[in-house]
Amino acid sequence: MLLRHTPAEPAIERQALTINPAKTCQPIGAMYAALGLHGCMPHSHGSQGCCSYHRSALTRHYKEPIIAGSSSFTEGSSVFGGQANLLEAITNLFSIYDAEVVAVHTTCLSETIGDDITQIVAKAQDEGRIPKGKYVIKASTPSYVGSHVTGYSNMVKGMIEVFAKSTGKKLDQVNIIPGFVEPSDMAEIKRMANEMGVKTVLFPDTSSVLNSPQSGKYSMYPKGGATVAEVASSGDSSMTLALGPLGAGPGARLLDTQCKVPCQVLDLPLGLRATDIFIDALRKAAGAVVPESIMDERGQVLDFITDMQQYFHGKSAALAGDPDQLVPLAQFLTDIGMQVKYAVTGTPGKKFESKMQAICGPAAKVKEGGQGDLYQLHQWIKQDKVDMIFGGTYCKYIGRDEDIPVIRFGFPIYDRVGHQYFPILGYRGALRLLEKVLTAIQDRQDRDAPEEKFELVM
Amino acid sequence: MAARADILQGRQKSVAVAGDQPLALDCAKPSLAGSVSQRACVFCGSRVVLYPVADALHLVHGPIGCAAYTWDIRGALSSGPQLHRLSFSTDLREQDVVYGGEKKLALALDRLIPQFQPKAAFVYSTCLVGLIGDDLKRLCRQASEKHGIPVVPVESEGFRGTKKDGYKAACEALYSLIGTAEPAPLAPGIPRINILGEFNIAGEAWILQSYYRRMGVEVGAIFTGDGRIDAIQRAQGAQLNVVQCSGSMTHLAQKMKERWGIPYIRVSYFGIEDCAEALYEVARRFEAVPGILERARAVVAQEVAAVLPALEPFRKDLQGRKAALYVGGAFKAFSLIKALRMLGMRTVLAGTQTGGPEDYERLRSICDPGTIIVDDSNPKELSGFLRQTGAELFIGGVKERPLAHKLGIGFCDHNHERKEALAGFEGMVNFAREVHASVMSPVWALRQSEL
Repeated sequence: MLLRHTPAEPAIERQALTINPAKTCQPIGAMYAALGLHGCMPHSHGSQGCCSYHRSALTRHYKEPIIAGSSSFTEGSSVFGGQANLLEAITNLFSIYDAEVVAVHTTCLSETIGDDITQIVAKAQDEGRIPKGKYVIKASTPSYVGSHVTGYSNMVKGMIEVFAKSTGKKLDQVNIIPGFVEPSDMAEIKRMANEMGVKTVLFPDTSSVLNSPQSGKYSMYPKGGATVAEVASSGDSSMTLALGPLGAGPGARLLDTQCKVPCQVLDLPLGLRATDIFIDALRKAAGAVVPESIMDERGQVLDFITDMQQYFHGKSAALAGDPDQLVPLAQFLTDIGMQVKYAVTGTPGKKFESKMQAICGPAAKVKEGGQGDLYQLHQWIKQDKVDMIFGGTYCKYIGRDEDIPVIRFGFPIYDRVGHQYFPILGYRGALRLLEKVLTAIQDRQDRDAPEEKFELVM
Repeated sequence: MAARADILQGRQKSVAVAGDQPLALDCAKPSLAGSVSQRACVFCGSRVVLYPVADALHLVHGPIGCAAYTWDIRGALSSGPQLHRLSFSTDLREQDVVYGGEKKLALALDRLIPQFQPKAAFVYSTCLVGLIGDDLKRLCRQASEKHGIPVVPVESEGFRGTKKDGYKAACEALYSLIGTAEPAPLAPGIPRINILGEFNIAGEAWILQSYYRRMGVEVGAIFTGDGRIDAIQRAQGAQLNVVQCSGSMTHLAQKMKERWGIPYIRVSYFGIEDCAEALYEVARRFEAVPGILERARAVVAQEVAAVLPALEPFRKDLQGRKAALYVGGAFKAFSLIKALRMLGMRTVLAGTQTGGPEDYERLRSICDPGTIIVDDSNPKELSGFLRQTGAELFIGGVKERPLAHKLGIGFCDHNHERKEALAGFEGMVNFAREVHASVMSPVWALRQSEL
């Protein structure tokens, strides 16, 4: 379909442009993170379009209603500043929508005209627009810096800034800050910690918010989400584990500076090795023992891999997505005998290329930032094919053009359901990933096998 | 009226109940700050109107988000090139905000035009570009001279108004192309029209084209479904502009009337009544053409004969059930109310994002007394109204779907994400089938449980 528009050569210089992006902008990440706080109303300080686009994108991805307010900038606010709009919005969001927390994030518009959100929020406080016991948190999320992952991380910092307090009394609990992952993954991290008997504070937590049950009622604030009290107590925790250097690292470091809670920044526990490292870190942080049940889960993953390694061996993959996910994914695929040939991320950051090449070998083609787009990925695949693609829904164009299976992975996923409910993190998540990879390989083998070689037992 | 408590202060006047009194609905105003509005921005309006032009390069000059969120989200089908389904952005970064994005834009056009060989390029301005003050007009003119194709600036800075202003910016962009090529001479006895405000979602433009072909009417250009630059450039050669989705394209029709004297009519193709009336109206405009009225009647008769029996089983099940709708423009709401009535359904809630005072007055006049009428609503209000009215079907767009499903009622997408053609006579059957499938689905009964 898009075939005729993507030739294998020549490469188009990308200094000034991006074609078919493998990222989006900061504010949607901030909105997503804010939804992981119980009773929180995200608020977009900018034009109405931004807010509408983010809500629509998250709705398509989660099949859930997404709430968020907008400052509804007009030409006037763009000239005179958006203070009046934000003040009015704060009043309305508390009085009518009864939010516990309003999480304001900026946009390229409000950033560029120079609205000082700190000052506006202070003014709202002075004017009594913020009811007692309610809060406004904020994040600076200009769309022209970083990506959606940066926005997520900035809103996590916004939560810590306002809520995390050190009372001087240490609590026997470990903070876990997940990167930009699915509600199902957040729930899985909590389940594993629970299985180990470790008391944790996990935030943001979108489980039971963006995969909430059908109840016949519409609730603006579903029952999930980390509570303000929980996030406040994170300042007294013994330690913070940040899962994902880009999505979670900055928040964990802020908590260290602000409340002297030491932190350890890990990869997302995706695949066998990364999960081992997470479980080990959690064990050490809490002085816990790894229970047999967790070891059994690990053993099942290992069993799956060894039983089926002949199918995985030598198969190649192309990856598109966020650095926090792609690094451990590449490690996992390499560990099971596959070869990652190409990887792109739109999220800027020089470390990505060196990290990926250290895992996948120097021959792997890797690009980050505006040049790491899906058009580039498609061109590479045209030059030399792969057996499967990992990425969001937009990879399906490449999959169809080149007749390659696409394993839905990351954000956004507009055309499949499952990511809300089934994790890809932890050992259980590793099983799910393995099943997806194996099914892609075996479905293809069944489809393409000549009749005499069509196998029953695989 | 109940549910008032759920309405934002300052929004009470944007909600009314149909009755004998004329409405004085607050509308066509910017949204209240802090309202969880379902509305979008100027850029969004321009993008949805121009997007279906399939052989143009659509370059979004701005940060990545504006391009990412509008990447192929609308099922506007093309019978040929698919260039509109790629996403091009200048991906503006911090240094561009400081030093300006002009160099980047010029360079992007220099790279993209030779590579993709588009018939024209649309360059969309975004909020950020409006602020940093890039001279889009000059850059587009220069690129046009350099590459020998029209490069059209679309002045769609998000903050410069509502989605409606975006439609207008898109109309201006299209207008700048019209008349830049010679139209083919008219064939004797075959009148030529343009179709405006039809985006070929799920192939709807093709259905309409087939009706007109059977009537002996030539369709010159379609704005913009399955659109081609060449046809747009020659669109001044038509004798009549037939405007659908009047909110988006009346501005263009008006300008074409002023400059080329092409008259226009406003029609709707949703529902049997409105679609038949649209074809008759076009025929009446060309009544000097021998046989055209008879041919229009023949098309309608043939189609209705096929459609009415097909609707019957659906109507039997849907008779007396209640429907709610919240759509972008008012014109669509009028047609939907009539179409629902044909299925025996009663509209209990009718709302739009962008309706004007006259629209709401007309809405009142065609709604049953007691129907709630609302401008620029939000999820909390909508869910309150849905529960209060006991609606069993909700018609809306992407953000409304999960709301209906959470409440456990049926849903029909009448917006970008519709999968079935809903225009024309056969569209009415698709509409009935979709509504029926959703309202009568066994899943709503699953909520009753012994637990």
